[in-house]
Amino acid sequence: MLVIIDYGVGNVRSVTNAFRYIGSEIAVSCDPTVIRRARGLILPGVGASGYAMQKVAPIAGVIKEQAAAGKPLLGICVGFQLLFDESHEMGTHKCLGLIKGNVIPIPTDSGLTIPHMGWNYVRFAEGMRLFDGLGEGRHFAFANSFYAQVDDAQTQAAYTEYGVQITAAVEKGNIYGCQFHPEKSAADGLQVLKNFVTICHEATK
Amino acid sequence: MLTKRIIPCLDVKDNRVVKGVNFLNLRDAGDPVELGKKYSAQGADELVFLDITATIRSKKTIVELVEKVAENVFIPFTVGGGISTADQIGLLLRSGADKCSINTAAVNNPDLLRESAERFGAQCVVLAIDARRTPGKVGKWHVTVKAGSKPTDIDAVEWAVRAEKLGAGEILLTSMDADGTQAGYDIELTRAVAEAVGIPVIASGGAGTLESLAEVLEKGKADAVLAASIFHYGTYSIKETKKFLQRQGIPVRPV
Repeated sequence: MLVIIDYGVGNVRSVTNAFRYIGSEIAVSCDPTVIRRARGLILPGVGASGYAMQKVAPIAGVIKEQAAAGKPLLGICVGFQLLFDESHEMGTHKCLGLIKGNVIPIPTDSGLTIPHMGWNYVRFAEGMRLFDGLGEGRHFAFANSFYAQVDDAQTQAAYTEYGVQITAAVEKGNIYGCQFHPEKSAADGLQVLKNFVTICHEATK
Repeated sequence: MLTKRIIPCLDVKDNRVVKGVNFLNLRDAGDPVELGKKYSAQGADELVFLDITATIRSKKTIVELVEKVAENVFIPFTVGGGISTADQIGLLLRSGADKCSINTAAVNNPDLLRESAERFGAQCVVLAIDARRTPGKVGKWHVTVKAGSKPTDIDAVEWAVRAEKLGAGEILLTSMDADGTQAGYDIELTRAVAEAVGIPVIASGGAGTLESLAEVLEKGKADAVLAASIFHYGTYSIKETKKFLQRQGIPVRPV
């Protein structure tokens, strides 16, 4: 059983729908007992990361403990941004610190519209397990005004271009994350979720 | 490179998809659950669901139907029609919507945009504007509300700029003059709004030939095109549309 961590920020329904569609056994919960029993964890989220961090704070300890124990964790969108050290969205907020790096605004001086809204091409780093079977790159659906800068040579990262190079996905050990919404990225996004399910099952074999 | 989005729109009335001309003379166009599933699978980039009866009858948006449509839609999904409070947005987001579009309620209470953006993030707050050319004034459009039935004296371009400041993350801009005519989008209106704001603009109303889609993306500077009739009645498939745009040098997500 995989568990989508529901900490009261935004829309867990889309993520749940997508996992159900690919035939994965999924539960939605923020109960530490359920989280501890899961084979893998999904941390979703929309909106502002400061607010999200505040809401996730009561279960941050359990998430960190499970991550340290080697359980696969997938952060999506704001859930992905929470994996980093700090976010600079409306003030400075300490995040989960599972991946070294910071979340900063997408520069507006390029004349591009903000939010970065829609489908952008993501080029994969070689050997990223989230993108198994998808070739060198694909389009995924984004909706973000902030982005994460990775500050760790041990983290594998995939990027997309939007005036600057935006981190689209990361992998470091058992920690995985996507800035884009795999649950809203049609067949290729569903493949990313299937790959994460495979990762979870292999981790607990 | 960020691609231009092709967005089919489901105008929903009494649990059926309908389409009219200039918001009138509605014709049946199918089942929203089936159409949503089809467009998501065929390569549409987003889906918009508008409950077009909501404002006029002051009826709540059809949450159960939104849930059913969302179960099979794996592309961003916007829901609108009759939304008047931030709590309703919360309910729709929990039901499977990714974004909500607000129209009449934002005109009546602009603060709703700010409140919604603060609670749910600007990325899910879409301001819908139904604009009509102002008679006797060139290059001027006014905002209409209550599904286009009631004109206001608000300038459409100024309203878009103000909405961005309040927290809207995107603008769904419909030309009432062009809607359902299949005679082409209002290029001038779209361009005026797109040049005035820094958030994405979805052009709506008047989609006819594939050239008309290319025109509003290029000359109108739209980030996305919304269309209903041409897709519902099978004039063009999503694939044909994208192939055509690609040949014109417009970046689209390949399908």
